Amino acid sequence: MTIASTLLPIDVALGAVVCWLLLGLAGLLLQNTMAITRYIFPAGALAALLLAAAALSNLGGDSNVAVLPLGLPDLPFHLRLDALSAFFLLLLGAASVGISLYSAGYFRDMEGSALGLLCFEYHIFLASMALVFMADDAYLFMVAWETMALSSYFLVTTDHHVAQTRRAGFLYLLIAHIGAIAILLSFGVMQGGQGDYTFASMRDAHLNAFWASATFLLALFGFGAKAGILPLHVWLPEAHPAAPSPISAMMSGIMLKTAIYGILRVSFDLLDTPQWWWGALALTLGLLTALYGVLFAAVQTDMKRLLAYSSIENIGIILTGIGLAIVFHSFQKEALAALALTAALYHSFNHAFMKGLLFLGTGSVLHATGERNLGKLGGLIHRMPKLALLVLVGTLALAGLPPLNGFVSEWLLLQAFLLSPGLPHSYLNMLIPIAAAALALAAALAGYVMVKFYGVIFLGQPRGSDVVGQKAFDDVHDVGIWERIGLTWLALGCILLGVFPVFFILHIDFVSQLLVGHTLGVSAAQTGWLWLTPIQPERASYSPLILFVIIIVGVLFTLYGVKKFYHGRLRRGPAWDCGYPEQTARMQDTAEGFGQPIRQIFQLFFGITREVPGPFDKKPHYHGETSDRLWEWCYLPIARLTDKISALTGKLQHGRIHAYLLYSFVTLLALLAFVR
Amino acid sequence: MNSLLLQLIQDALVVLIAPLLLGWVNQCRAWLQNRSGAGVLQPYRNLIKLFHKDAVLANNASPLFRATPYILFASMWLAASLVPVIATDLPLSQAVDVIALVGIFALARVFISLAAMDVGTSFGTMGARREMLVGFLAEPALLMVFFTAATISHSTSLVTIVETLAHKQFVIYPSLAFAAIAFVMVMLAENARIPVDNPATHLELTMIHEAMILEYSARHLALIEWASALKLLAYFTIACALFMPWGIAEVGNLAALPVALLALFIKLLLGGAGLALLETVTAKMRIFRVPEFMGTAFLLAVLGMLIHFLLGS
Repeated sequence: MTIASTLLPIDVALGAVVCWLLLGLAGLLLQNTMAITRYIFPAGALAALLLAAAALSNLGGDSNVAVLPLGLPDLPFHLRLDALSAFFLLLLGAASVGISLYSAGYFRDMEGSALGLLCFEYHIFLASMALVFMADDAYLFMVAWETMALSSYFLVTTDHHVAQTRRAGFLYLLIAHIGAIAILLSFGVMQGGQGDYTFASMRDAHLNAFWASATFLLALFGFGAKAGILPLHVWLPEAHPAAPSPISAMMSGIMLKTAIYGILRVSFDLLDTPQWWWGALALTLGLLTALYGVLFAAVQTDMKRLLAYSSIENIGIILTGIGLAIVFHSFQKEALAALALTAALYHSFNHAFMKGLLFLGTGSVLHATGERNLGKLGGLIHRMPKLALLVLVGTLALAGLPPLNGFVSEWLLLQAFLLSPGLPHSYLNMLIPIAAAALALAAALAGYVMVKFYGVIFLGQPRGSDVVGQKAFDDVHDVGIWERIGLTWLALGCILLGVFPVFFILHIDFVSQLLVGHTLGVSAAQTGWLWLTPIQPERASYSPLILFVIIIVGVLFTLYGVKKFYHGRLRRGPAWDCGYPEQTARMQDTAEGFGQPIRQIFQLFFGITREVPGPFDKKPHYHGETSDRLWEWCYLPIARLTDKISALTGKLQHGRIHAYLLYSFVTLLALLAFVR
Repeated sequence: MNSLLLQLIQDALVVLIAPLLLGWVNQCRAWLQNRSGAGVLQPYRNLIKLFHKDAVLANNASPLFRATPYILFASMWLAASLVPVIATDLPLSQAVDVIALVGIFALARVFISLAAMDVGTSFGTMGARREMLVGFLAEPALLMVFFTAATISHSTSLVTIVETLAHKQFVIYPSLAFAAIAFVMVMLAENARIPVDNPATHLELTMIHEAMILEYSARHLALIEWASALKLLAYFTIACALFMPWGIAEVGNLAALPVALLALFIKLLLGGAGLALLETVTAKMRIFRVPEFMGTAFLLAVLGMLIHFLLGS
């Protein structure tokens, strides 16, 4: 027996986790900016690579089990690495390589002791997410889950001297904990009264339909709070902008996927008999979330809030896929369930790369200009061409355009919708075309949002004439080498996932085999790696590589033709002023202006407050704000109710000892009467 | 080998006849307006003229601005050569199905909008905003039209759709009727025709497409104009393929090609005249009404799909 043969992938994965913990500690002790950015973050990226490799090697293999003698006596930590865990560990590893490399450059100006703390929290955050994916009992799962919530809370409040950041952090922590309670309750129901909280015993519990549904609903609520499913999404647009950009990238790209993992683990693995209406519920919620998210993204003026809302949209799309998979699974249409599930998993992976890339891109913009408000940016493609190119890849991918990766998962999901006629339920048959239409609408709106995002930041002219944000336009510099490496890693991921989907789907197949007992790979491999054919080649096929090559060849051919037959003379001149006496940079659309049509059309959903200048104002002033109606409809009533109840409870509190003695006495009497 | 050759023939055919279709539509419009018109070959003359001019770029135009005409042209060419025009024997159609076709249209739309924002003039950004406004409703409507056809033929491949619709016995699908109306509305909007946009005017507060390309000149403008012509042709041939697929040659049936070519020309002649007539009898809409128009198209398309799911026809 050599060491290599006894070393299971789960041990390697655990090794990577230990590496992260040690690196975090080292950062905390060193407190030296130079050492942390030069060595610790790149080493963290190496550990991430190790984790990704371990996960990849185990995707097709048997599940590994490990028991750690940690935790409480008699209650050790159980760990397990099966295909589902391995898939999400791969996502965590692969995406965090880019984010860690980027961080090595991004935090170079941060002061040492603060950076030491951040580095510690950062690596704890990574390690806890890995443990969430590997946990095989509710105990370790909840410990890791809470560690993840707490470490990310501290990361969000890195700029804790800003009141708004503290507020955002509190909101995040609050909703995370409401969610955690629901998850805990869900595990409590699922173990079926045996007192054994390992996932293995939950699989054997075989709950009846009522309790299974209760578990599913609790889990959907609990994990939904983390994922940002309507109406629990309110923390996302607050917390993501508040956090430093690599942290936002990590939270949006990876942490939201822990919730997706949880929903999948509970509904497909731990509960054995899915009901069709669970799927219909998840599908509806997912679509509402997607539409809501994208509509709000379209009217944002802060670039990171815009991306946060876009994350809500993407989580909605993933949930739609999961819902569809549950519906098919409950009707034993396993091939279709595998298709919908593949789409959801693929989109999860895509989203980690695209959104990671874009959040990091906003980080660089923020670093270079000190400005998050879209209305004060513009024209950065001239000063930051390398960043602009890399972000363009993410923008096009997130807009769901072929041949990049966002399109592949949308294509798969739409195929799943198209193949669904003939479900033995007339409501579902009516729901599904409407759902497909809503999904198409959300996808198209994402294009609108991304044009706004990219166009307002990078194109045009700087809106403050020669100033972008807080810097002179000419002083803005492009990204450094570490940032560029991190961004390039993620951008390459977007391109490769888009152009070679079949290779990746062959790996996802192990997960769908585990969860629904059917794969896409058999049909995908029939016609070779070039063709993505989910069911049969006659029904649908898509070859992104051919499309990519043809567009490139088309462009080159056109370029060649024009070069050959055209004299190629070119002059530069001022932009045409359309006969107006003056053209200034402020005449371009601001972010608000670009979102105006959406605000107009979907007025109903937005709470809009506006101050419009009158005709005789000496200093015309315009101010507009778009707020989330769900705040006033859902959260404020709850807050008011809580206030009212606390006020009533407060009346009991007089601070006089005899009153309290009386309470105890009455309680005692009541208890005695009750026991009798 | 034959199919590859056919693909190349189609590629060459679409790129050459696209300006002709545009010229025909303009000529019909001129006749309907009691003008003599510039002749059907005018778009070719325009292209030649533009290709001979010196290009002028705005001072702060970025590389994206210069690359966009090529990307636009290539993607529209690809779109037009995907649709079975005279034969269903197209290898490319396997690589790009209808969903990907919608994706290619979206790719072109996003690039032209980004390019319009690039120079940073008020008209450019306004055009980009309006284009995306039209697009975000047109894209799902188009997708739903395709879905209706795809659920009838159990395939998203355009070739299979055409083969199913053309070579089955003649059946009238009520869902396709809804889809057809929605498609015409989408086509008007996406090709910047009246009532959504007016291809013949400049510098009006209502313009969309022309506002986006104000900064382009010479070869870049020529490529964009050509791409627009290709897009119009692509929409026409999609309409032919979905709603009147008769005459398109089957796989391996080379003898049917001349008939197919003739059928194509007749369809395009009639379709072009129909478009001109539609444009002459309707008035340009206020821009605020465009979302309603597009929303109607979207709802009609969804209705078509629903009818198919509920009635199974």
